[in-house]
Parts: sequence; structure tokens; C-alpha cells
Amino acid sequence: MNSVFGAAARSVRALSALPRLTQPGGGAACSRLLCSAEGQKSLEEMVKKDKVVVFMKGTPAQPMCGFSNAVVQILRMHGVDNYAAYNVLDDQDLRQGVKTFSNWPTIPQVFFNGEFVGGCDILLQMHQSGDLVEELEKLGIRSALLDAEKEQ
Amino acid sequence: MAVTADLIREKLISELAAVHVEVEDTSPNRCAASFKVLIVSPQFEGKPLLQRHRLVNTCLANELKEIHAFEQKTLTPEQWEKQKQQ
Repeated sequence: MNSVFGAAARSVRALSALPRLTQPGGGAACSRLLCSAEGQKSLEEMVKKDKVVVFMKGTPAQPMCGFSNAVVQILRMHGVDNYAAYNVLDDQDLRQGVKTFSNWPTIPQVFFNGEFVGGCDILLQMHQSGDLVEELEKLGIRSALLDAEKEQ
Repeated sequence: MAVTADLIREKLISELAAVHVEVEDTSPNRCAASFKVLIVSPQFEGKPLLQRHRLVNTCLANELKEIHAFEQKTLTPEQWEKQKQQ
């Protein structure tokens, strides 16, 4: 664990020399140094603000990576269109900060009710096993697939 | 040391007691080092998906720093047998 904190501390020192980036149209949270303790707290708020939160490359309308796209497609299949999506390509602090926050090395990252669920692999397996429908139900979200089944 | 499929395979076998490992180097499809792995290990027994993946991530922590993209499928020996029969 020491190496993680060491790396985070080093990146904070390095980043403090850079001018702050402002996020056009985005929340102020994205422009803070997300590897710092304060930044990690911002991330905590970000993941708790909405029931479904996705950190991805690109946007739901235009994903910039196959794995991020897969997450978007799966959520769409279940009729989940109302979720918070943060584009890590717009913000290097966010890109590194979220990896530190969830202790997970890759993007995309999916959170349900503030809790880390996993990346694309896990979401895909949950979708295939039927677990995703159940998890969405726990969030109070009715999966569109349930209605699709009824129509058949 | 460059990350190779063999290195990944050896680590998974020695540290996770993997009984079956398939490592596919998917780098040619992407712009940087990428791998797709299938790991079968009794250590996954009774663990939810996220915990399994975290086990793998911890095992390959150093390698993942160099890797750009990583896909993993984690099965117990029982799940692997079932899958093979399908």
C-alpha cells in the first residue's frame, strides 16, 4: 500500500506546479487535484450523488474506447439512461484519481449507490448471469429487459 | 522487464494456484500493451466477482502499471468444467 500513497503524493507535488484546469460545463470537483485527500473526498461525493455513476473514456453519446462503449451499451439495454458519466479523457487528475480512489487499475469504472461495482468485465458477467437486473432492482431501477421478456 | 503473456501466466500460476490459465495478447488490436486472460483457480471459490478480480489485480499489480488494457475472466475449477461442457 505504501507505494500507492507514495505515487499519489509524488503526483500531487508534480501537479501542483501545473496551472489548474477548468472543466468546461463540468462540476468544479473535476478541476481539483483528485489524488489529494481533498480530491478523494470530492470523488466520494461524486459517486454518491447519483445512483449510477460511470467513469469512462468519452461520453455515452460518443464512447472513445471499446470497454467504455460496452458499459454504455449494457446500461442502455437495461433502459438505464439517467446516469452520471464522467469523461476521464478530459481530466488527467480524474483519470488517475479515480484509480486511486477505487484501487482499480483500469477505466471504465461503475459505481452503484456510491459503491464500486467493477469494470466492463464484471458488468458484462453480471448482465449475462442476470445479476445486473437484480442489482438495478436494489437501486429502485426496473430493468427494461424485464418488460422485454413480458412482451414475448 | 517487459510484460509478456508468459510472465503473466507464470505469476498467476505461482501466486494464485491457477490450475488453468489462458493469456491472449490483444496488443495488436490496440495501440499499447493489452491482454485478455482466463484464470481458473480454486482460490476463487466462494468469492464474489469483484473480490476475484481484485485478487488478480493485486497479483499483477506491477504488470498492470505497464499494461494499457486488461480483460479478465475468473472461474473456479467447477465453473470451468461446466463451461467446457457447454
